[in-house]
Amino acid sequence: MLCDVCKCNDATVFLTQILEGKMQKVNMCDACSKEKGVQDPTGFALADLLLGIGAAEEIEKGASTQKCPVCGYTQADFKKTGRLGCSTCYVTFGEGLNNLLKAMHKGTEHVGKLPQRAHRTVELNDKMRTLTESLQKAVAEENYETAASLRDQIKQLEHELASSS
Amino acid sequence: MKFSSVISTGGEWLRGEGPHHQIVISSRVRLARNLRNRSFPGWAKKAERTAILELIKPRVEELPEMQDSFSELLQDLSALEKQVLVERHLISREHAAKGVGSAVVMNRRQTLSIMVNEEDHLRMQSIRSGLQLKQAFKLVDKVDSALESKLEFAYDQRLGYLTACPTNVGTGMRASAMLHLPGLVLSELINQVIQAVSKIGLAVRGLYGEGTEAMGNLFQISNQTTLGEKEDEIISRLSKVIETIIEKEHDARQVLIQKKSNTLSDQIGRAYGVLTFAHAMTSKEALNLLSIIKLGVDLGAFPEDRRLPIDELFIDTQPAHLQKSSQQKLSAEERDHLRAQIIRDRLKVFPKPDISKLANESDNGSSFRASNNE
Repeated sequence: MLCDVCKCNDATVFLTQILEGKMQKVNMCDACSKEKGVQDPTGFALADLLLGIGAAEEIEKGASTQKCPVCGYTQADFKKTGRLGCSTCYVTFGEGLNNLLKAMHKGTEHVGKLPQRAHRTVELNDKMRTLTESLQKAVAEENYETAASLRDQIKQLEHELASSS
Repeated sequence: MKFSSVISTGGEWLRGEGPHHQIVISSRVRLARNLRNRSFPGWAKKAERTAILELIKPRVEELPEMQDSFSELLQDLSALEKQVLVERHLISREHAAKGVGSAVVMNRRQTLSIMVNEEDHLRMQSIRSGLQLKQAFKLVDKVDSALESKLEFAYDQRLGYLTACPTNVGTGMRASAMLHLPGLVLSELINQVIQAVSKIGLAVRGLYGEGTEAMGNLFQISNQTTLGEKEDEIISRLSKVIETIIEKEHDARQVLIQKKSNTLSDQIGRAYGVLTFAHAMTSKEALNLLSIIKLGVDLGAFPEDRRLPIDELFIDTQPAHLQKSSQQKLSAEERDHLRAQIIRDRLKVFPKPDISKLANESDNGSSFRASNNE
């Protein structure tokens, strides 16, 4: 059985809590249990505490039949292996994954290296935002000549964006 | 380049150079990357895996860094050859279990090794001796940028590089250093260090990574998280922690010399005695004893020029290296016998430990520290 936190190592610490007549189980590997400081698991909704709010429910309905449209991977497969099927799985299982990622990592958004291709898209998106704002301003000021030129620039940019992604 | 030349050339990181090389054996940085809209290797069917391999492998081989490289399909390597690569940390244990649809490409200097279709489509690793995480990252980052222009990697604006296991998503980077910490182990401070390190989001593991035992007082320390922090931030945070551990190790050694010099001399003497005269030795026992001899070299009980032969024994006495050098498959018993023989032969020319040198070090603590903190 794999650790519910990192989904990588074998679970060696098994926690069971009965809360309002409902049983919750969390399985963890040695490293994760130490990291989470699990010693005396009393008085908490454990799964929520360790994996983020709502995680207990996620674990409960882990065997759901949701399927990735690209590779056919299911949530049950993920529960079993702790690995995903393809890059689209991150979208397919997005909601459930977010809690997991939050518990696993330092942040929830990537701040590191961008591939050149993505770099270009980010630049174009920034430019698009500036142009749209200027356009709205020009329209509000009834400066139609500028607005027309801005509209043409936006069209051009939309084209570039479509071809870059 | 043939497998036999991989074996005969030691690999640059084994030379024991680089900053803090007495304590930091090696620094490694690996990046995980995947192709867009393709199943990850663990889920892809054999045909898709092979197609992915055929897409990636030529791109890797044509890298300028991979001129005169060793490139092999996993199914064309024997179990023993794979194990040799694992013992040199050039492929992972997981990759060694792979067959059709996976490959490994590495440069002649064995500073760069790229696994195709391990857990991710690409696992690129750079390995250096001593504490050189920044330099290791620089190389692997350059290789990543070169490959990215020819292959379309799975990347998400919010989550960064997408990987098979959610623990690697974001930077896809794992930076790690292999530390030799006999001082902290002998003074029973190691658990304290391990606990402190795991509390700040770093992992401490045994010799061959995840789920392996610590042998020979060797510990791997690495970043645990990959999302929400920049690559260079992760590396400088890790380097700082490692520098603190190095300091603690030096402190522990100082205390041992000053307060427990009898125990220390006894340990070194016993290790020397057993290694010089034993006729059967498991690899675990060998590593643990060699570790003490290595400590002896660090502390001046053996001359400095004895360092390399000891470092080489760490690798040469590993099971697969042993069998490869003897050109045959051996039973565990035969291996233990051969291992003891190789060690005895190499220690023949080794002088007895000079314990008085140890005592001198304790009289002269400040210069000891300076010489070890180069």
